[in-house]
Amino acid sequence: MERAALIGSSLCYLFALGHTLFSLFKGRFRPGRFNVAAVAAGAGLQGWYLTLLGSQLHACPIRTLPQVLVFLGWSMALFYLAIGTSYRLSLMGAFTAPVVLLLQVAAVFIPAGKIDPVRGVDPWIETHASLSLVAYGALGLSCIAGLMYLVQERQLKSRRPSAIFHDLPPVTTLAVTVRRLLVAGFVVLTIGFAAGFLARTPIPKVKICFSALIWLLYAGLLADSLSGRLGNRRTAQGAMLVFLLALLLLPVIQRLSTLG
Amino acid sequence: MNILCAGINHRTARLDVRERFAVAPEEAPALLCDLRSVEGVSGAVVLSTCNRVEIYASSLCPVRALDGFREILSARTGMEAPLYHHDTPHAVRHLFRVASGLDSMVIGETEILGQVKKAYSVASEAGTATRTMHKLFQHAFRVAKSVRTETQITSGPTSVGSVAVELAEKIFGDLRHLRVLMLGAGEISERTARSLQSRGVRSTVVSNRTYERAAQLAAEIGGMAIHFDHWDKAVADADILISSTNADGRLVTPEKLAPVMKGRGERSLFVIDLAVPRDADPAINDMEGVFLHDVDSLQQIAAESLVIRQREVERCESLIESHVGGFMKWLQSLHDPERQR
Repeated sequence: MERAALIGSSLCYLFALGHTLFSLFKGRFRPGRFNVAAVAAGAGLQGWYLTLLGSQLHACPIRTLPQVLVFLGWSMALFYLAIGTSYRLSLMGAFTAPVVLLLQVAAVFIPAGKIDPVRGVDPWIETHASLSLVAYGALGLSCIAGLMYLVQERQLKSRRPSAIFHDLPPVTTLAVTVRRLLVAGFVVLTIGFAAGFLARTPIPKVKICFSALIWLLYAGLLADSLSGRLGNRRTAQGAMLVFLLALLLLPVIQRLSTLG
Repeated sequence: MNILCAGINHRTARLDVRERFAVAPEEAPALLCDLRSVEGVSGAVVLSTCNRVEIYASSLCPVRALDGFREILSARTGMEAPLYHHDTPHAVRHLFRVASGLDSMVIGETEILGQVKKAYSVASEAGTATRTMHKLFQHAFRVAKSVRTETQITSGPTSVGSVAVELAEKIFGDLRHLRVLMLGAGEISERTARSLQSRGVRSTVVSNRTYERAAQLAAEIGGMAIHFDHWDKAVADADILISSTNADGRLVTPEKLAPVMKGRGERSLFVIDLAVPRDADPAINDMEGVFLHDVDSLQQIAAESLVIRQREVERCESLIESHVGGFMKWLQSLHDPERQR
């Protein structure tokens, strides 16, 4: 049943992606309800999948890399739904759906590896893990908004903007969105990080070091950005680079933790 | 039942002729009653815009109806009406093309649909819109909507002013809190400033080598004039800089903008250089937060929109053709004794 939910949600994201590509190709993309509905359905099915898995495990379903990827994709979809309408970033669906789909496909094909045994539920460790992933959902969206910022800035500076220019939001809105998502993600990440220190379960040192590195990078990026030392372009580039680094480090941390 | 269309438009009559035939809103109900009193005419709608005056009518005898319309219009204007006319199904096709903006001076403009809707509503209120006319106009609105959503006929801005507005919207989003600084008081820059004002920009400051000209233009557009020596201080507060001076060298350079950009935080600056030779050094476009467009790039974007619209005409025509077929089937069914029963 949970596999059907996972495939169903992948299909929803695929529909969103296909619809966007088709309408962009036809040159008549209109920010509409289809993308939002498809992402909402995808997120709903992901949520169902995670619930089923959680009730089987009697713990938060983030014990293997595939589960972590699905949880991350679900967090991104939820943040997209939360900010999508308020910032009128409906084209964000065009960028969010493929990223979530990619995470989902990776989750299906990556071998689950060794499953951490559930040694009694430690609420702080569960809080730490789930909040960290929710934070990465927001930070992942800031990465996407950063990419959109750079694309739109390039379009505006070129003498011949292409068709996508008309469909992307204003650069000023995107710059604000990048910063707000960075702040939201960083706050949740910090709470999650703090919860980790309260946990009874010992956390591998390597995991703490990598997490601290990412936290420091985001703290530095935010401090420079909010103080005005980093402009919009550099903030967008920073949001992309740090998230991609975190995404690359995620399997490494997972691997080193299981070895440890 | 026949559908008849008779009128004049920007292709068949000069502006001074169109002015004489134009129908003011308060004159429309009386004219509609006159038109319906023509022998054989059951219903009539009058569409009067700056580019066209057209009568759409349902009639059993189009030839007699056309003569009647000519007489009424000639009596109103004191000159012979140089009317073109279309009969069914060409009149149906013509209305669908007009409502979709295909017959407009700027292809794909959307204002015309509102004007057609207004004309229909006036006729409905005057009681001159028959069942056939209701069906015809409702169908025309559907056609216009589907042409607009299924093709790119309304794609992109088509004038320098509207391109500037769209670019500004893609930089800042809402234009209502923005300040505009005009350097020079040329005609295109004035039109561009007015386009931005129509979107509600907060304030406009005019600076010109001749202060009197700046003051005069500022008074005309509801802005404020400053001496030309002070423009580089005023740019610190501006979000959009429209430049069109006759300066010999480059006026807006990276050296001048660098300290300004440092002090304005994350606020972007949109520079619209309408001068030839150019006032702005192209290097400013490489500065973070500065977006430069000159008259060439603005015209190029406008021209590309028009090319896209032109390319879409064929798709629109085929869409309209299928709708004309649908409407004609309905019209013929009115005379079908089987259906009548």
